[in-house]
Amino acid sequence: MTQPRTRNDGTLDRRNVAAVLLRDPGDLLVVTGLGAATYDVGVLGDREQNFYLWGAMGGTAMIGLGLALAQPSRRVLVITGDGEMLMGMGSLASIAAAGAPNLAIAVLDNARFGETGSQHSHTGLTTDLEAVAAACGWTATATARDMAAVEALRPRLRSEPLLAVIRISADAKPRFIPPRDGAYVTERFRRALGIIEN
Amino acid sequence: MHPPTWQARVYDALKTARVSVAGYVPDAGHAHLIQAAHADPDMTAVVLTTEEEGIALAAGAWLGGKRAVLLMQSSGVGNCINMLSLPVTCRMPLLTLVTMRGEWGEFNPWQVPMGTATPHVLTQAGVHVRRADHPEDVAEMVAASAALAFDSHIPVAVLLSQRLIGAKVFVK
Repeated sequence: MTQPRTRNDGTLDRRNVAAVLLRDPGDLLVVTGLGAATYDVGVLGDREQNFYLWGAMGGTAMIGLGLALAQPSRRVLVITGDGEMLMGMGSLASIAAAGAPNLAIAVLDNARFGETGSQHSHTGLTTDLEAVAAACGWTATATARDMAAVEALRPRLRSEPLLAVIRISADAKPRFIPPRDGAYVTERFRRALGIIEN
Repeated sequence: MHPPTWQARVYDALKTARVSVAGYVPDAGHAHLIQAAHADPDMTAVVLTTEEEGIALAAGAWLGGKRAVLLMQSSGVGNCINMLSLPVTCRMPLLTLVTMRGEWGEFNPWQVPMGTATPHVLTQAGVHVRRADHPEDVAEMVAASAALAFDSHIPVAVLLSQRLIGAKVFVK
């Protein structure tokens, strides 16, 4: 019988983590998972190259894959939470099988479902998402528990097909509301890439 | 020379519509398209663990300026429902070809509930639904559906009927 490990050891401030990951973003294409990951990225300053999800839970990583396949010369960074990644866990297998050298995923892992009352998620019980990704065939994986490790991840997330789990504190932050009109964000994103009609 | 099969003409219709990404959960009825997609250096074929991944894959491809198709069977439609909020909310195209089970000489009763629900569930989720019953109609229907999806930015499903595909034979 598997016993809960209660691995809820995250201490990092999620807004500080996001600020490091997206410092000097350049032309990085960013896709954010619904909930706090969307707010964390939005609060750093709205960008045309950000695609914010407010729904479609479990789909963020696969949107990243489709975008990475369509734009092989650009870097794509998915930033999402542990609950969102858990719902799309099969996509870790699909992405590894497809192979996308220009796609990386950063999971802001507070081991909680933060939007719904901070219930414990599987990553605080028995599931290690870094190990899941490695078992799915991701050759580059990491877990960061301090800001020095987050700094070290920043260049790797922009150059490797890396899945990084970043252990953040479960402390809630003030909500920030980036654009939530999906059609607007979609059209803006495509225009920023120079896609008028295809 | 045999005339091209309807399956080959469907693949040609996808190519003419500039589809370059094909996500799929396998079905025997899609075997030709899957094989053709993998053999085509200009098509990226992506095997999925569940059909909803394909909705998100297609959305990402569209964000990056590429057109995708999702190949699945009717049992997979139920897996997609909430993810369909993505193309509907973001006014993105979606083109999916759905092979039908559970309707024409079906041997497996487990296929019947989702097969029966498929057109209704898709319609309720905001997807335009067409159904092909005759081989001579399929390629043209796929071409018109691709135009509707990619030019008008809406989700479109083409149901390929089990009579068209041929019921799966379990006992030979």
